[in-house]
Formats: sequence, C-alpha cells, structure tokens
Amino acid sequence: MDLWLLLGVCGIATYLWRGPGVLIAGKLDSKGEAFIWISCVAYAIIAGLVARMLILPTGVLSETTALERVLGSVVALAVYFRLSKRNLLAGVLASALAFSLIRMAT
Amino acid sequence: MLVAGYVAFGALAAANDIPFGLAVTSTAVLWALPAQIILVEMHSLAAPVFATLLAVMLSSARFLPMTLMLMPEMRAPGHRDWKYYVAAQLLSLSGWTMAVARFPDIPRGQRLGWFYGFTVVLMTVSAVSTALGYVGADHLPPLAKLALVFMVPMYYLLILSGSVRERVAALGLACGAVAGPLGYLLTPEWSVPLGGLAGGSIAYLLLRRR
Repeated sequence: MDLWLLLGVCGIATYLWRGPGVLIAGKLDSKGEAFIWISCVAYAIIAGLVARMLILPTGVLSETTALERVLGSVVALAVYFRLSKRNLLAGVLASALAFSLIRMAT
Repeated sequence: MLVAGYVAFGALAAANDIPFGLAVTSTAVLWALPAQIILVEMHSLAAPVFATLLAVMLSSARFLPMTLMLMPEMRAPGHRDWKYYVAAQLLSLSGWTMAVARFPDIPRGQRLGWFYGFTVVLMTVSAVSTALGYVGADHLPPLAKLALVFMVPMYYLLILSGSVRERVAALGLACGAVAGPLGYLLTPEWSVPLGGLAGGSIAYLLLRRR
C-alpha cells in the first residue's frame, strides 16, 4: 500500500478515538474498566516496541553492539534519575553522547 | 521534552527511507509519537497493512478517555461545535497534561482559545523538530545519525521508567517489555499489535487479581 495512503488511514484510525470523544463526553465514564485495559495495552505496545529495538534491533540500530546499547541505557537512566531532576532532554542527550563516545573508542 | 522525541523520530524516519514530507506530515496527521514510531518501524518490517493499522489504533486509544475528560472542561457558550472537533485533533499527551494542570486558573470561556494557542505551538515545534532530526540524520556523519536514531528507544526508556509509580503503567510496561521481543521472535510482522494485546491483557489480569 502507498505510504501516504497508509498514513491517511492511520490518521483516520487515530481520529476515531478523538472525534467521538467530543460527542459522547459526559455520557461515558472515562475511568471504566475497558479504559484501564486499553491503557495497559497501550503501555505494553510501546514498551514492547522499545524493548525490541534495544534487545533485537532492526534497521540502522542493528549496526550497534549490545554493549553500546546497554551502556547508553545505563547513562540515560543515571542522568535522568540521579544527576538531573528527571530532565528528559538531559538524559536523552547524555545517552546519545555516551553512545557516540563508546562507539568512537571501540 | 517533545523536541528530543521528535528530533529522534525525524532521524528514525530518515534512516528508514521514509519521504521527508511524509515524516513531517505524520506529526500533524497522527500527532502521537508512539503511533508515528509504529508506522515507521512496521513499514520497514514490511508488516501487513492491517497489522500496522491495528497497532496504531491500539496505541492511540488513550485519546478517547483523554478527550472524554477534557471536553466538558472546555465547553462554554458561544463556541461553535466544530471547534471542539478540531480541538480533538490538536490533543496530545503533553497538551492534555498541561491543560489539566492550567484549567483551574483559566476562566471557562477562555479555555478553548488557550488550548488552541498552546497545542498549535506544540504541534509546530514538534513538526520543526521532526524536520530537523530528518535533515540532521541525512547530512550528519554516520555516527551522529546512529546516535540520533538511538535517541528513540532512550526517549521512551526514560518516559516509561519515569511513570512506573502508577500500577497500571508499571504492569503494562513490564508485561509489554517481555511480550514485545518474544512476539517478535514468533511473528515479526504481527509482534507489535499482538505483543501489546497479550502483554496488556496479562497486565490487566494481574492488576485485577489483587
């Protein structure tokens, strides 16, 4: 399928959650069981994708070594939780820098 | 915050040979970073259209409860109905979080206007970040390109591990992080939606057992 067409269809698919929300707001409980389940699924999807990118990388990331990915992750977590007050930008940039340095050194 | 995520996404799109215009447009059309990453990743895995669509839909279902919660807070006399349907497209996680925090201090009649202003700025900054990440990945040396793409999993590693204090998030993340790679070993093209459904459902059952 043409990628532009796929983007359009995916755009409609995401709007199917947004648009009807306007119409039925106030008539449906936003804290119901179905929403807790779908929230679990949404977390699991992105966590699964990210875990796979780190454990079983495809595309350009498959050129990286496991050591580079692990050390990059450790630096990201250390900077985010320990060295900065949960500054996302600092954590991500530090991990990218550490990743580059490790790659240049090895 | 958003800048790092969208710069990384732009680089990922460039590395997967997604056209530049499509990568930037996806920021406005999908306006959900997980859905955009899923679209690019699954396209490069040559996943079936239905699998991609299912994964994008499941990942963006959180917009329904978010819209349900926010719309009544913005309702005020004098606003045309269609403006709320446009607002629904402008909604993102960061816009929603900010709106929930700021609305108590904003008079009801001004909330919709504030929401438009804030979310349009967010979307513009994100689209520019996507473009910068894309162009950067295309023109910088291979090492810098790789580092930019590496920021995609790092961005979510931090966002997700930052939210584990909520039980729903913690269980969903843990089960998903196991189910995603396992699913990939079984069926690469379907691993994203099926791993998410399996991991998320197990997480939900664990949540309800106690």
